[in-house]
Amino acid sequence: MTPFLRDIQLAPQSKQRLALFRANRRGFWALWIFLALFACSLFAEFLANDRPLVVFFRGTWFFPVVVDYTEKDFGGIFTTRADFRDPYLHDMIKGEGWILWPPIRYRYDTINHNLPLPAPAPPSCDDWLGTDDHGRDVAARLIYGLRLSVLFGLALTVLSSLIGVVVGAMQGYFGGWADLIGQRFLEVWGGMPELFVLMILSSVIVPGFWTLLGILVLFSWTTLVSAVRAEFLRGRNFTYVEAARALGVSDMTIIFRHVLPNALVATLTFTPFTLSSSIVALTALDFLGLGLPPDSPSLGELLRQGKENLQAPWLAITGFAAIALQVMLLVFIGEAVRDAFNPRKQ
Amino acid sequence: MTRKRQDTEMSADIPLLAVRHLSVIFGGSSGKVVDDVSFDLNRGETLALVGESGSGKSVTALSLLQLLPYPHAMHEQASSIRFCGKELIGAQTAMLRQIRGNRVAMVFQEPMSSLNPLHSIERQIGEVLEIHKGLSGRAVRQRILELLNLVGLPEAAGRLHALPDQLSGGQRQRVMIAMALANEPDLLIADEPTTALDVTIQSQILRILKNLQTQFGMAVLFITHDLSIVRKVADRVCVMQEGRLVEQAPLVHLLSAPTHPYTRALLAAEPAGEPVPTVPSAPEVMRTNGLRVWFPIRRGLLRYQRDYLKAVDDVSILIREGHTVGVVGESGSGKTTLGKALLRLIHSEGSIMFRQQPLNGLTRAALRPLRRQMQIVFQDPYGSLNPRLSVGQIIGEGLRVHAIGMSQMQRRMLIGEALEKVKLKAEMQDRYPHEFSGGQRQRIAIARVLILKPSFIVLDEPTSALDVSVQSQIVSILKKLQLKEKISYMFISHDLRLIRVLADYIVVMHSGRVVESGTAARLFTAPEHPYTRSLIAAALPA
Repeated sequence: MTPFLRDIQLAPQSKQRLALFRANRRGFWALWIFLALFACSLFAEFLANDRPLVVFFRGTWFFPVVVDYTEKDFGGIFTTRADFRDPYLHDMIKGEGWILWPPIRYRYDTINHNLPLPAPAPPSCDDWLGTDDHGRDVAARLIYGLRLSVLFGLALTVLSSLIGVVVGAMQGYFGGWADLIGQRFLEVWGGMPELFVLMILSSVIVPGFWTLLGILVLFSWTTLVSAVRAEFLRGRNFTYVEAARALGVSDMTIIFRHVLPNALVATLTFTPFTLSSSIVALTALDFLGLGLPPDSPSLGELLRQGKENLQAPWLAITGFAAIALQVMLLVFIGEAVRDAFNPRKQ
Repeated sequence: MTRKRQDTEMSADIPLLAVRHLSVIFGGSSGKVVDDVSFDLNRGETLALVGESGSGKSVTALSLLQLLPYPHAMHEQASSIRFCGKELIGAQTAMLRQIRGNRVAMVFQEPMSSLNPLHSIERQIGEVLEIHKGLSGRAVRQRILELLNLVGLPEAAGRLHALPDQLSGGQRQRVMIAMALANEPDLLIADEPTTALDVTIQSQILRILKNLQTQFGMAVLFITHDLSIVRKVADRVCVMQEGRLVEQAPLVHLLSAPTHPYTRALLAAEPAGEPVPTVPSAPEVMRTNGLRVWFPIRRGLLRYQRDYLKAVDDVSILIREGHTVGVVGESGSGKTTLGKALLRLIHSEGSIMFRQQPLNGLTRAALRPLRRQMQIVFQDPYGSLNPRLSVGQIIGEGLRVHAIGMSQMQRRMLIGEALEKVKLKAEMQDRYPHEFSGGQRQRIAIARVLILKPSFIVLDEPTSALDVSVQSQIVSILKKLQLKEKISYMFISHDLRLIRVLADYIVVMHSGRVVESGTAARLFTAPEHPYTRSLIAAALPA
């Protein structure tokens, strides 16, 4: 694969496309903002956690974020895992050292038991965006939720694009029976009621990250097939493909070197939109309660809590803003990518 | 009619069309596409505007009718186009509309894209008559039939309801000419009207144009790149190069005593010379016996196979080492299909022997080592090079497949050598196809083939997409290589003049069959088949 990738990067066409992408300032900045947010959320444990980042106690360094410690390590009695939010332990450490906390002192599943008001509690100095109806910090859940939804969306996009490209490529390049059977299958598959199948499946198996991913891939891989197939049908008749055949180049090399790069253009143009629709799909399932397990940090679950607790508007507003921002950034990026690949602009 | 006569009397002493200092600049670019062009066109005269691609001849023609994309296109202050004494540059749209189609008509190169595919030809011609002539009802139909008969459309009455795609290229061009003539224009601008047509049709169309011109006393501005057409139609010739008009002279003067070096180069670039000398008893390279490529035609509900499209039918060919076999035929005659079938690029039946080894029946894997020895150069140099790969990668592809030249350095050297063989520079291998002109690209395509040192090359119209001067370069490179490396060619072309320069044996194809074959010497002097005779008569007028 490497030589092919190098081919693609070097080509002047690609350089021009990069320049066109940059020329769309909105999309360019949207990409950077999205990447920055995503990178931050990847380090969620260091931003929002119920364990300190660093503890200095009796002349020794401790790193509770990455290492598990028992209470005994800090002079306590129990050999259980240290709970740094416990005032007893907290005071003990403070006596002979210091603690460095992350900016938010809650994990997505940390329940704040000493709320001044009944949960859901409104935003305060302690809980920046308030808490949900279980007394969990919304800001912490948002950061973890963002990571989860982007990772899920990326995995779904990559998997379904991969399957879609392979199937479309086979159909388009080999044509004939392969194409005929593939097309008929796609028509039948496309007629399946996706939502009902999902509901049935999620009542049979316990939905988790991977099972949900698998179920959603079942239906999302078809979106790219028709575009890639059309690109391959067109591409296999190019004179330079025929020239390669006359040179004796094998089918696989022709596919990877001569035809696939054209098809990847279509795929790349779709990617940001596929990603945003994947994120929205996961959110929708969580919202309906068909998605991830109840205690996982999910934007859809946040929205559902917002719907159920209309007296606590911070829940709905936070959830809505997070989803809207994410999808908006992705659409801006998508538009810039589309510009970059627009043949009329070259 | 009275208006016209008045004009004529009024302007008896001034030319029909007077172009002075015409310059065209397109916004954003610095260079002039047309640079200070001046010429006159008198009534009843045919002026040929000759030049290669990019010489600005079509832009000149479009600016005559003010059809350029203004304001993106601009004329310089001094530019003037006077039609019957009236200035056209900057004229009111209403006045231009009066002139366009009515007094000046245009015929374009590609009739298919100039006709509306959804309207019958009756409706399209009728529209012109209704708008400009105010005819209606039966008068329209009568006039349409008259016009179609005039341009020699066979069975015109039965074809009135035909859609453009139901007509052949030549018939479509006749309809276009009929449309142009509908208003009895004073000036007909014909922009490469026969370029997309086969030679025999081409000469018919030219004859019709010539007849109509004398009949109506029209002036014709004939735009072409083809000097052989100029010879047939023009009274006077303007030669254009890079937007400038470099020479203007009556046809006879221009042919006998060209003054500008570019004109001389153009005239010299017409194919000339003799095929490379050959040994009659040289070993056989390629021999086919009863080769057939039949495509099934499936129709009906169950895609039941009704018939075959016989693209190549029962063709037997023999090509010896160092020889060139020319395959001539019009579009659709199966010559390209034959070339591809020989290399087993498409499925065929019948025997193909390559150096005494049967090719039909070999698997793709078994065929791969043989591919090194038999190669093909395609017609379209713009489509045959992958734009994403550098020239070195394109030429080196064959080396990779056949594992020639182990190290990167060795391969670079071989690629450099191949480039030098086609008169390009070795260091060009790091550049990309879009940086090269059509002729250079075709040479790169030839280098890609040469690097494998093949003994047999199918040349599928390798020069028909190129300008004449470039064409002669390619032909001379091909001949040199053949002489040096004893390569056998199968040269596919519709251009008999080119075939005469290259081939020692000629095969004439017509609807998939070989109608006549023989040595070049015999075929050109004593053609037997009527089809061959008509081809020769069209391409090489005595």
